[in-house]
Amino acid sequence: MSAARRSVGSFDWVLMLLYLALVGAGWLNIYSASYNADMVEFFSWDNLFFKQLVWIGLGILLIVFILFLDTKFFERFSSIIYIVALLSLILLFPLGNTISGATSWYKIGPMSLQPSEFAKAATALALAKYLSDIQTNIKSLRDQIRAFIIIALPALIIIPQPDPGSALVYAAFFFPLYREGLAAAYLIFAFSVVVLFVSTLLVGPLYVSLGVLIIALFLFWRKHKKKPSKRLFFGIAVACGLFAFSVNYIFENVFEQRHRDRFNIVLGKEVDAKSIGYNTAQSEIAIGNGGWFGRGFLEGTQTQGKFVPEQDTDYIFSAVGEEWGFFGSTVVIFLFIALILRIIQLSEKQKNDFSRVYGYSVAGILFVHFAVNIGMVIGLLPTVGIPLPFFSYGGSGLWGFTILLFIFVKLDGNRVNEW
Amino acid sequence: MRKLLLLFIVLFTGMVFVGRLFYLQVYDTSAAIQSQNNAIKVEYDYPQRGHIYDRNNKLLVSNQPSYDLMAIPREIKPFDTLELCKLLNIEKKKLVKELKRARTFSPRLPSPIVPTMSKEEYAYLGEQMRKFEGFYIQKRSLRDYQIDFGANFLGYIQEVNQGMIDNDPYYQSGDLIGRQGVEQQYEELLRGVKGVKRFQKDRFNREIGSFKNGALDTLPVPGVDIQLTIDATLQKYGEELMVNKRGGIVAIDPRTGEILALVAAPNFDPALLVGRERSKNYTILNQDTLAKPLFDRVLKGQYPPGSPFKALTALIGLQEGVIDTQERIPCRGAYHYGGKKPLGCHNHTSPLAMVNGIAYSCNSYFATVYRRTIDNYDTPQEGIERWGNHLKSFGLGQYMGYDLPVGNKGLVPTKEMYNASYEYPKYRWGTTATISNAIGQGDVLMTPMQMVNFTVAIANKGWYYKPHIIKSVKGVDTIPSAYTEKQITTIDPVHFGPVIEGMNEVYNNTHGTGYYLRVPGIEICGKTGTAENYTKVNGVRMKLTDHSTFVAFAPKEDPKIAIAVFVENGYWGSRYGGKIASVMIEKYLTGTVTRKDLEEWVLTHSLEDEYAKPYSGKPFLINQ
Repeated sequence: MSAARRSVGSFDWVLMLLYLALVGAGWLNIYSASYNADMVEFFSWDNLFFKQLVWIGLGILLIVFILFLDTKFFERFSSIIYIVALLSLILLFPLGNTISGATSWYKIGPMSLQPSEFAKAATALALAKYLSDIQTNIKSLRDQIRAFIIIALPALIIIPQPDPGSALVYAAFFFPLYREGLAAAYLIFAFSVVVLFVSTLLVGPLYVSLGVLIIALFLFWRKHKKKPSKRLFFGIAVACGLFAFSVNYIFENVFEQRHRDRFNIVLGKEVDAKSIGYNTAQSEIAIGNGGWFGRGFLEGTQTQGKFVPEQDTDYIFSAVGEEWGFFGSTVVIFLFIALILRIIQLSEKQKNDFSRVYGYSVAGILFVHFAVNIGMVIGLLPTVGIPLPFFSYGGSGLWGFTILLFIFVKLDGNRVNEW
Repeated sequence: MRKLLLLFIVLFTGMVFVGRLFYLQVYDTSAAIQSQNNAIKVEYDYPQRGHIYDRNNKLLVSNQPSYDLMAIPREIKPFDTLELCKLLNIEKKKLVKELKRARTFSPRLPSPIVPTMSKEEYAYLGEQMRKFEGFYIQKRSLRDYQIDFGANFLGYIQEVNQGMIDNDPYYQSGDLIGRQGVEQQYEELLRGVKGVKRFQKDRFNREIGSFKNGALDTLPVPGVDIQLTIDATLQKYGEELMVNKRGGIVAIDPRTGEILALVAAPNFDPALLVGRERSKNYTILNQDTLAKPLFDRVLKGQYPPGSPFKALTALIGLQEGVIDTQERIPCRGAYHYGGKKPLGCHNHTSPLAMVNGIAYSCNSYFATVYRRTIDNYDTPQEGIERWGNHLKSFGLGQYMGYDLPVGNKGLVPTKEMYNASYEYPKYRWGTTATISNAIGQGDVLMTPMQMVNFTVAIANKGWYYKPHIIKSVKGVDTIPSAYTEKQITTIDPVHFGPVIEGMNEVYNNTHGTGYYLRVPGIEICGKTGTAENYTKVNGVRMKLTDHSTFVAFAPKEDPKIAIAVFVENGYWGSRYGGKIASVMIEKYLTGTVTRKDLEEWVLTHSLEDEYAKPYSGKPFLINQ
């Protein structure tokens, strides 16, 4: 074994190849989305694709750096990393730069860094450290609350930047918590709230309440081993009904108009392709224009006309859809699914709790980004501004995901050395 | 279980996404169309519209450049409104209104502010344009009329409306299209094919290069020049004769079916429907519901033909063998057939054989012939059907197939029509119930175009070519074959001799109804007509002065022109119709008019007083 091999350790080639495939495909689409027939030369700081290429190059350096660090570094320093991340988020308020209405960036020389992209990895480390602690029992309410605080702190600092999209990603930590033994009731509760909310917006509280009542009766009269508590059962049903009736109030009074618009567009209640629905409408047109095999690289009329706003960042998938078609989009979706499933598979193999919790966090975060971003671009979810990992333009995002992923690659590479 | 949750959610999400993508990209194809509208800018290169010439190669219609003042609202910089208004010769209020409208339409796209300015109007503005940022001049091509007549058959050009765009994908909003007349009929030849250039554009509608490197672009195909059969000199003369009258004149060369003149009165200057004043003028013309200048009386007006129809009654009688040319039929001043009121006739010698029957226009003679024709069959139904078939062979009761876009079928009564109106078989009807048909006063209706057409068939002794207005298309040797196929009537050629003789006697017999209309040196055959007619004003039916009708052809041997004249409320046939026919024939055949007395009379007589009568609100006398 060479010296380098010993210090880097072995690492998972599948993850590495998937990472390179995604970053490469992402860069091609950024090239197309920011392509401009008038541009003078390739190597110009004015070209987004050139800048992204620089970020990718620096990202590779980051990978090498991470792989050379000692495996124990991350577990040992997780608390400090977490605190530094929190501080960097807090210091945005006095020191940050405002870009498109959100104070989420530090301006350092020619580049802007977005600390929230790095805070995800830090939070994942902190949560992994806490859950893997021998004294932590996730079944106890006290420890649940502590874990919840670790997750919620960065999210709460990010929301008022304002960047609710990035804060939403912290819901991803539900997956490692559940894996480690969090009661299924939380899952059912969260799921019920979402289903009730959306169905009420669609058909109104009266029908939803009736539906809940029918389901409750059905479940109650079914054969049970143990007779359930009548009070608890119907209490839940009534609570569901009350919630349904309060949805309209929440929707009309707590939500802002732009949030309501976003919901209404996805639910098909409002069709206005000119103003509020413009993004979604243009994005769907671009993707639909792709057909089976796409219009071809640099041939997408929507993409080249820059009709989809933010098409090199949040809406980058519309360029994939138009220029590479159903075939290309499906390949990209398979790459993401393969990456996430591979991370889950490797996490399950970890002998070390810290690595497993961290791996699940990575899988969860990547999944939430993937699902929310593409769901939004193809018109299934309301508009939420979060990037598509490895695809969307942006140095902070790319580095954030690279660090997130390769810490796991490093941890995984070391599992053979542990006992 | 806990290990599988995220796994299942990820797989499920992937399936939903692939399904949604399949729907958007493969199943639902509307996006591709929307994307076209969105991202590809199409620019058209409009070719020059073809010119229109008359039969003697006189240029009738050409093109003139016209200039639209366009504006892109968001690019407009503050400017001197008063100066621009002065240059454009418009009120400030109007300019402000147009700019507001343009902004409402689109701040980014060009809108016309002052459309179709003439060269002169543009000349002032041209040099000053640089002062007005956000405005620019767009050149277009408009029709330039070399003549101030013929609007009825020339038609006009207008911007396409939504209906036309839906009908024919060739047209886009803002395109011009020929309407009415030859502009509509020969639209595809005249307009050519516009060239297309496609540009990829961005979301601000800016061009960012040609689309697919011009692989889909096409070059314009220029419009084709066409030559009409119209004789511009004759047409102009005919329109002058018809001033202050309503009705029409159609002249045809019987040898070819070529329309020499197509006068509809009142007419208007075709230049009224060009340029800035177009819509204003159109509204004025369209709102004249009394004179109806936009209603083509020659092609669309349907009238009882009156006495000229007697020639057909005679021909059918001869063909059916119910009369010969020698038999003399008595007339006691009226034809008595047992009806409430006999069919009246005027005072003339009696009895008459065929030639003089036509020359004197004896009602009794033709009533007798008609009755025998119908009664020659077992039932009046069968008789009417046979009779109708003869008429249809002259192009009556149907669209004639000429190359102009408007028309009417006229009416040849059928047995079904009479059966229905008499509620057969509950009530029976006999030949006498339809006796007025004999003299063209019954249920038969014809357009003036149909009247001239049967005259052509008589002149040719039994055949005609479908009337047409196209003489030649530049670069093409032939005209549509429909106009070079002989249409043969059901009447044997031998029967035409006596009828033509009778029509010639109309002029040559001192008692003939056209004796005073003779033209020295030209043997004309014709037939006068007087048609009773009614109108309704505020729901009250009133009888009006008779229509004056006349059909003729000349010369008697080897006819070169056939003509039908129709003058609303012109009283008797020779009063207006005959005079006009005579001078038109002379003008066409010799180039000059020797019967200055006739010409003078027609030019100086107006029927406007006659037309005003029913609207005067007072009782009035007719046929004075």
